[in-house]
Amino acid sequence: MENLINEYQSVAIEDVKVWFKAGTLKDFPSNRGGCIKYKNKQIAVFNFERRNEWYACQNACPHKMEMVLSRGMTGSADGVPKIACPMHKKTFSLVDGSNLNGEEYSIATYPVKVVDEEVFVGFLE
Amino acid sequence: MIKVIVVGNGMVGYKFCEKFIAKSGQEKFQITVFGEEPRRAYDRVHLSEYFAGKSADDLSMSTSAWYEENNIILNTSELVLKIDRVNKTIVTHLEKSYKYDYLVLATGSSAFVPPIPGVEKEGVFVYRTIEDLDAIMAYAKKIKQNGATEAAVLGGGLLGLEAAKAVRDLGLNPHVVEFAPRLMPRQLDKGASDMLQSKIEELHIGIHLNKATQYIDGENSIKGMMFANDELLKVDMLVISAGIKPRDELARVSGLVVGERGGVLVNNTMQTSDPFIYAIGEVALYNQMIYGLVAPGYEMADVAAEQILGGDKAMRETIDMSTQLKLIGVEVASFGDPFIENDDVVAIVFENKFSGIYKRINVTKDGKTLLGGILVGDSSDYNGLFQIYSNAMALPPNPEDLILGSRGGEGSTMGSAMDLPDTAVICSCENVTKGSICCAITDGSCETLSDVVKLTKATSGCGGCKPMVVDLVKAAQKSIGKEIKESICEHFHFTRQELFDIVKINKYTNYYEVIDHHGSGDGCEVCKPVVASIFSSIYNDTANKHVTTQDTNDRFLANIQRNGTYSVVPRVAAGEITPEKLIVIGQVAQQFNLYTKITGAQRVDLFGAHVSDLPEIWRILIENGFESGHAYGKSLRAVKSCVGNAWCRYGMDDSTTFAIELENRYKGIRSPHKLKGGVSACIRECAEARGKDFGVIAVEGGWNLYICGNGGANPKHAVLLAEQIDKETVFKYMDRFLMYYIRTAGPLVRTSTWLEKLDGGLDYLKEVIIHDRIGICEALEAEMASLIGTFECEWKQVLEKPRLMKRFSHFVNSDDKDDNIEYVPLRDQKMPKPW
Repeated sequence: MENLINEYQSVAIEDVKVWFKAGTLKDFPSNRGGCIKYKNKQIAVFNFERRNEWYACQNACPHKMEMVLSRGMTGSADGVPKIACPMHKKTFSLVDGSNLNGEEYSIATYPVKVVDEEVFVGFLE
Repeated sequence: MIKVIVVGNGMVGYKFCEKFIAKSGQEKFQITVFGEEPRRAYDRVHLSEYFAGKSADDLSMSTSAWYEENNIILNTSELVLKIDRVNKTIVTHLEKSYKYDYLVLATGSSAFVPPIPGVEKEGVFVYRTIEDLDAIMAYAKKIKQNGATEAAVLGGGLLGLEAAKAVRDLGLNPHVVEFAPRLMPRQLDKGASDMLQSKIEELHIGIHLNKATQYIDGENSIKGMMFANDELLKVDMLVISAGIKPRDELARVSGLVVGERGGVLVNNTMQTSDPFIYAIGEVALYNQMIYGLVAPGYEMADVAAEQILGGDKAMRETIDMSTQLKLIGVEVASFGDPFIENDDVVAIVFENKFSGIYKRINVTKDGKTLLGGILVGDSSDYNGLFQIYSNAMALPPNPEDLILGSRGGEGSTMGSAMDLPDTAVICSCENVTKGSICCAITDGSCETLSDVVKLTKATSGCGGCKPMVVDLVKAAQKSIGKEIKESICEHFHFTRQELFDIVKINKYTNYYEVIDHHGSGDGCEVCKPVVASIFSSIYNDTANKHVTTQDTNDRFLANIQRNGTYSVVPRVAAGEITPEKLIVIGQVAQQFNLYTKITGAQRVDLFGAHVSDLPEIWRILIENGFESGHAYGKSLRAVKSCVGNAWCRYGMDDSTTFAIELENRYKGIRSPHKLKGGVSACIRECAEARGKDFGVIAVEGGWNLYICGNGGANPKHAVLLAEQIDKETVFKYMDRFLMYYIRTAGPLVRTSTWLEKLDGGLDYLKEVIIHDRIGICEALEAEMASLIGTFECEWKQVLEKPRLMKRFSHFVNSDDKDDNIEYVPLRDQKMPKPW
């Protein structure tokens, strides 16, 4: 399990080496998540239409290591966009992956860009 | 730098550190803790939960980071052998020595092992540490493989009964052996012990009272216990839990004064005979007593910390030994002097053998003062009684009302928490008074309940005082004119009831309309499902209509389970099912390799379905006549029924037919919390209808309707709404009751809690829904009528609209399933690999 979680490290937009095409706009529901497969990784991608933003994070919940975050509910806390895990309602910032309940574990986040109706997620390799 | 050494790393030693850190401010101290066990201090009070699957880490009192942050050095697995009091140093078994300025002995106690011949035999254990528990578990496993089934626990006190439950959880039949003529001899009288005994025997735990054990039988390992009357109890394991013995060895070899029967002598500042050495917890002999409860230990820790830091706090003269706990599922409490009997005291006893309740209070002859009491089977009055006792408050004119409840009216005989004096201790684990809780709000240092908990630590011990703390915080907020609003979350400053009206009057049908007009921000996992549920309650919209704002289970129309797979429950109204349909369920389970279990509500639950398999599973089920069972929704789950007069020789009416009618009437309707019902055909109550949100029981001349019961964490029996009514009247009252609840309850508030909080209680509810006092019955019935009969199976909708199917694929960009899901075998089926 530790190994699984170590595969997910946040990627800053300036460090992106690979822009992976995750799908087109219509593949993703609005204000909800969709999960994409990239190599051996599962990444949750959110079309946060209400804020006119896209976010991506690891699909694994860092609490119990289940691949479920894409099925969580989006929202905000004090203006910070967040995702609530469907398993135990732990909430994480979609901006920096920090745990908004003050617990130790957090999630890795990834940059997303949309070009001509196509959605790309940024990775290091 | 002043050096403080704490010897002993148990609950009390830990509490000392916590209190010390909190009080020490900017002064420079170095705390070093020594523990002989290999781990951080853990919660020994909840040790039995280790059997139930909690890990040693779960029981920990704090994290290792906490020690680091507070600059405390923790030396585990290191035993202190000697104190050199002249040079103020200690020596450990690693032959290391450490200097101290102050030493705190918190070495606790060990299990007392009576000198019975043969106690050294294999298979005899004590019940004290995690290591003991590990050894017991390993031995039980071994002897079970050889066909052993019986095991004994020596000691019928608190811990002995805990141990008996642990033995039962290990799959052995426990026998509790007690020397005294009753169980929990220090807390209970004969009547209470009898009641507890019959409750425990129902759980197939043998009780042997008045038994002195002569010797332990067996060659090398235990084979039995021989009692004084030459009776042999054949057992293959024995757990001794016959009391505690203070761990005063270190004090003895170091020349400190100890009591005749053990324990380090302390004064009321917790100082031992050496003024630089303190003793706290179960090793300390205070007032000629060893106190084996955690609350006095915590208080001693507090006193010692304060003293070392130069304060003048002292231990109270009399220490309260009141306790409230749940033993093997039976509530037991005792407070004050439970036994007191003399000419000036009257004992009032209430006993109901049918429901297994025994209550006793000891009151002065003039009826003015409560001296103590015992509660078995139902200890819900404990908090109130304890406050009356400990604050010497005035009793009601008929003191028996305290345990009988006020017959007739619904008002509480205990009065409100605000009637207590400011000095009343509300949280006895952390010694927090009513005054300090209310002050924290009124002086502005706290705003909310969680602020108060953080500041005072109230409720952070056993948690028993929580309802009272909540009431006090609310009352204090009210007293400073603060508007107490149970707003839903940061996005809506409304209650659910207000939001319900907002949606209904403005005819909103979309979540974002509501938040844009009446809320702020982007919403969250709390308010979205509330609004979705309101839409459903008003328009009977299925969960398919508001996918984005539905809670996770409603979104996938299935219950998410431990490994991220789902479980599937088709509706089987009243539990009645044809053989053909049973075969279909079996075939679906086989085809998709699902774990199958009959639920407590007479339904079949199919576990382990991949999210992407759900549509296909439901296609087969629906083709064969099933529909969604809403097991995932805050909606009617099931109406359980007994077989009724169709088959049962006692049945007084047709409960199955009635249950089917009720289930079909309310299926699919969304509510603030999940709803369950039951119909029993006679008072034997095989459907457990009184443990449900609504329950109907056939009686001579009609049906009795009960409402607002529930199982769950705080079980409540349903209360009688109406007697001997016909089916039509049941439907009428049920429509009004459910609709009134749906309109007015807070989010995720169960019917039982809703009724508790309803001003005027059951009497008022009867006025509203039976006698139509506020003239809303017609409207309630009309609203319910618009919901009944508009049922649509959500799964059928999904299968008919390919657009709705899209949400059930695991990946957006691949047809693969989640490869992270792993199973392990379980009795010919499977379960998710443990976390």
